[in-house]
Order: sequence, then C-alpha cells, then structure tokens
Amino acid sequence: MALIATESLTKTYRGGVTALADLTVVVEPGIVGLVGANGAGKSTLIKIMLGLLPPTNGQVRVLGLDPTTQPDQVRARVGYMPEHEALPPDLSAAEFVTHLGRVSGLPRTVARERASEALRHVGLYEERYRPVGGYSTGMKQRVKLAQALVHDPDLLLLDEPTNGLDPAGRDAMLALIHRIGTEFGISVVVCSHLLGEVERICDTLVAIDGGRLLRADRIDAMTSATDVLAVEVSEGTEELAARLSALRLPVRRDGRLLLVELADDDTYDQILGAVAELDLPLHRLDQRRHRVAELFATREPSHV
Amino acid sequence: MSESTGVIHDIGYQRYMGPRLGRAPVFGALYLHGLRTVFGFGRSAKAKIFPWLVVGIVIVVAAVVAAVRSQIGQVVITYAQFADTMSWLIIFFVAVAAPELVSRDLRSGVLPLYFSRPLARSDYPLAKLLALVTALWLLLGGPQLVMFLGAAFTLGEGPRGVWNELLDLLPGLLYAGLWAAVFGAIGLLIAALTGKRAFAAGGIVAVFLMTTPIVGILAILPSQTINELAFLASPMTMVNGVGTWALGDLLFEGGDGLPIGGFGPLYALAAVLLVAGCVVLLLARYRKVATR
Repeated sequence: MALIATESLTKTYRGGVTALADLTVVVEPGIVGLVGANGAGKSTLIKIMLGLLPPTNGQVRVLGLDPTTQPDQVRARVGYMPEHEALPPDLSAAEFVTHLGRVSGLPRTVARERASEALRHVGLYEERYRPVGGYSTGMKQRVKLAQALVHDPDLLLLDEPTNGLDPAGRDAMLALIHRIGTEFGISVVVCSHLLGEVERICDTLVAIDGGRLLRADRIDAMTSATDVLAVEVSEGTEELAARLSALRLPVRRDGRLLLVELADDDTYDQILGAVAELDLPLHRLDQRRHRVAELFATREPSHV
Repeated sequence: MSESTGVIHDIGYQRYMGPRLGRAPVFGALYLHGLRTVFGFGRSAKAKIFPWLVVGIVIVVAAVVAAVRSQIGQVVITYAQFADTMSWLIIFFVAVAAPELVSRDLRSGVLPLYFSRPLARSDYPLAKLLALVTALWLLLGGPQLVMFLGAAFTLGEGPRGVWNELLDLLPGLLYAGLWAAVFGAIGLLIAALTGKRAFAAGGIVAVFLMTTPIVGILAILPSQTINELAFLASPMTMVNGVGTWALGDLLFEGGDGLPIGGFGPLYALAAVLLVAGCVVLLLARYRKVATR
C-alpha cells in the first residue's frame, strides 16, 4: 500500500493564490524528502494530508485513508511536527508531551510512560522536568519531535525539522530522523528547502516547485549511475589517464582531477595499483557523490 | 508495558498496541488539564500565587462569616449573596485565568499540535470553557460549603436545622453556577481573541468596568421601562436581575432586590442568550484558528 497518494491535487486559496497545482504523486513507505523552495506548497500539502485544509480539487490518500472524509482516523496514525515554535514555555517537556499523548487517546499511565520514552529517544533526560521556556532551540526541536512520536504513529510529518539549528544540531536531528525511519519502523516525510540536507537520509525524494511536481523517485535511482571517484596526483596525470584507459576504465579529465566512474570496489584497487606501478605521488582519492541538487537544477550544470 | 527485570537497558523503540480512547476521555483529559492550569498545578510556583491568593481570600471570608454567625447568631451574608459580594474578585480571577487557558496557547503556537490530533475542533474551546466555568463555580461554591458546614454544625438545631440550611445552600450553589457560566463565557471569548495575555486581561476587566456606568445612566432616565431594563446592560447586574427574579428573598432579604419590575423572565432569557452567543462566537473563532 502506498504511503501517500495524490491525484490531480489542487489547492487555490481565496484571492487566487495557487499553492498546489495538479499534483499527482505516489510515495512508498520509508523516509521521504519533500523538497522545494519556500512557498513551493510543502506546508499546504502537509495541512491537506492532516485534513486541516480541504483541497480545491483532486484526491489524496494517506496510509490508505482519505483525510478529507476520515480526518480523525488519519490524525490518529500520523504525528506532526510543525515548522514554527509550538511549545508552551511554562510547562515541562514531560508534562506537555504526556498531555498531548492523552489528547491522542492514550490512557493516563501509558501516556506518561510513552512520553518519557519518546523524550528519551530524542535525547532528553533529566531536563524534561524543567520548563520548556528555558530550553535551547535544539532541545525545543527535540521536544517537538517527541510530541509527534508519543502516540506511536505510522507516519511522521516533519516540517523543516532542522530549522534554526547549528550544523552539529542539524546532523544530530538528521541522524535521529534516520533512526526513526529505519529502526523504529515509522515512515517519515521530511519537508525541507535544503535538498543537500534531506538527500543524506531519504529513500525517496519528492521535489515540488510552485505547487507542481518536479520529480519524485527513489534516491538510489537518482544517484546510482553517477557515483565517480576523483583521483588527484601531484604529477604524471597524463600517464595515469593513459594507464587507466588501458585498463578499460572510463576516465575523464576535470582540471587537475581525473574522474573515474565507480563500477564496484575493484575500481579502487585498479586505480591504486596503477598509481603504485607508475610510482606517482597520490594526492587524493575520494568518492564523489553527485548531489541530487544537480538533478533538479534548472540552470545548466557547470560541469559534469 | 514496562519490563520488570530490574535491569536498566535500552530496549529500543516499542510500538504501542494497546487501546486508544475515544472522544469522551480525550475531552476529559483536556478539561482536567484546563482545570489544573487555572489553579497553577503542573506549572511554576509563580503561576500558583494569584489563584491561591483568591482561593485564600474567599475561604477566609466564608470562615469569618460562619464564625460570626455561630458566635452572635447574625447572618452577615446569605449563601446567594456571597457570589454578589465576591463579584469583583471573581472578575479579576477570570481576567487572569482565561488568558492562561487560551491566550497562552494562541501565542506559543501550540494549537497546531492539538488540531493535528484526533480531536474535534469544537472540543478544544468547549473543554477550556467548561474548565473555567468549573473553576469559577468551585471558587464561589466552595466557600458556601464552608459557611454551610459552619452553620449546620454549630447552630445546634439538629437534623431539622441542617435540612433548612441545605435548602438555603442549594439555590446559592445554583446562583454561583449562573455567575460562573456568564463570567466564564464572556472571559474566555475575549481571551480567545488575542494571544497577548495582558491585552486579554485588560479587555476582560474593561468589559465589566465599562458596562457598569451604562447601567447607571439608563437607570436614571425618565422612563420606568428603561429603568427596569437598565440592568441588562452589564453582565453583573444582569446576573443580579436573574437572581432577583428566580431566588427573590433568598438573595435579597426583605425584597430589596433590583427593581426589574415584571421583566424577570426576560433577564433569564438574556443571560441564556448571552452565554449561548459567546459559545457560538468562541466556536467560530476556533474554526478559523484551526486552519491556520
């Protein structure tokens, strides 16, 4: 069963602003990156999936349910982390997440247990008894994630979860989301305007722009053919290129670099062997993954 | 749920297979949370100061009244009069409690977290309203219970005396319920309009303050009908009017209640319409807020 399926989904706000235009996409369970610039329609799509906004036109299914007619069933199985600040400063994280667990229909003791579990999973321990008002941005984001997790949803909708975090905080948040998607068995939709960020953790990417679908595909299908090894030697670049060509490895020049398509692990050995035979000073050898960004780039790619 | 092995270890993420409760228990959870919020439970010590100060005042007043009555046998204020006497204190209490209940959530952006859950849109404001009305009723009814206990067990009139006291107490509690409903509905509606607690508190006090002089002006106009209807202009005097009509002697000894003439039923109807109107507007407000 598809995780999310939309068909000709259109949303036009009063005043004629079109947020989604004829969006048709089918997404399988896993970690899904929903990328697009600000105003591309990501938040509108999430609100429609939660049944908070009615679509102007078209169909939408979340976990096989229609959020326009069965919003409560959908919301019972979905956890939502909004983009903006969403925590009462005077309550402790433990108290607040427990309360929201109960609003999701958990019995009192279960809500308390699951709240402290959820907070532990996101990395909040003793701090959870302090008022949220004194938390750092990173801790607040974690509490927002914990409240989305407390009622054990089948799908998490995360709207810009790395907003306002420093680089270390971003990495930690992305690692956490990756863990939820892989170890917890919960599907995740991560909204972001930063493609480079979500592509690291996603199985599937959905890119929208101006409310239209740019591309939706599994990420391995987007990047598998484009992995290359970059080799740099201080001297003898020509000789190495000739030697590698002789080994029937597809080689291209890119400035001082040699780019070799990575077939399998043997490619490394072949290159290292060639460098050693020619006795060249190897400067670097690393795998260069094509940024998915280039697949969506509207401008002409600057180089390969 | 929890492991009873006595060893702490990471058991990883656990899926929840147990029951998920329906609408009524969820409404109950929201309601109880609201009631706790009003009295500052589960929150900082600072949040407890004002509500418990007010609770302290009304209890002390009730205890003094009960003590005076048991010592010198004089009824200083009746059960029903207690609510009227405390009205300004209750207004300040509403002005603090209602913004705590709803303005805070508006400001901190918590509402999307509620409305993305399986919660009927109307349940959120209704649970908050019920919590506020309950709190106000407890605030007015609790001290009456203190007065009742004081009177029933110190006057020494036996079971008959206790029964008579109870017959006086019940209308007093009903009247307190009317106060609670009217003040709660108006207060919560005003608070739901703004996320700024100070504005909400000011607005609530202003509505009760500003309407009082209108009553004064209408009451001296040279028309008996207008004079008799004047008390509709302010929520406080409107509730008074309903009390005069419905409770009469229990509320005002010797029949010196508000001069509302024969318009008693109209006052009752107006009070019901006022509360109903506030609830309708409150629900409309949250229908709009929920989609943001």
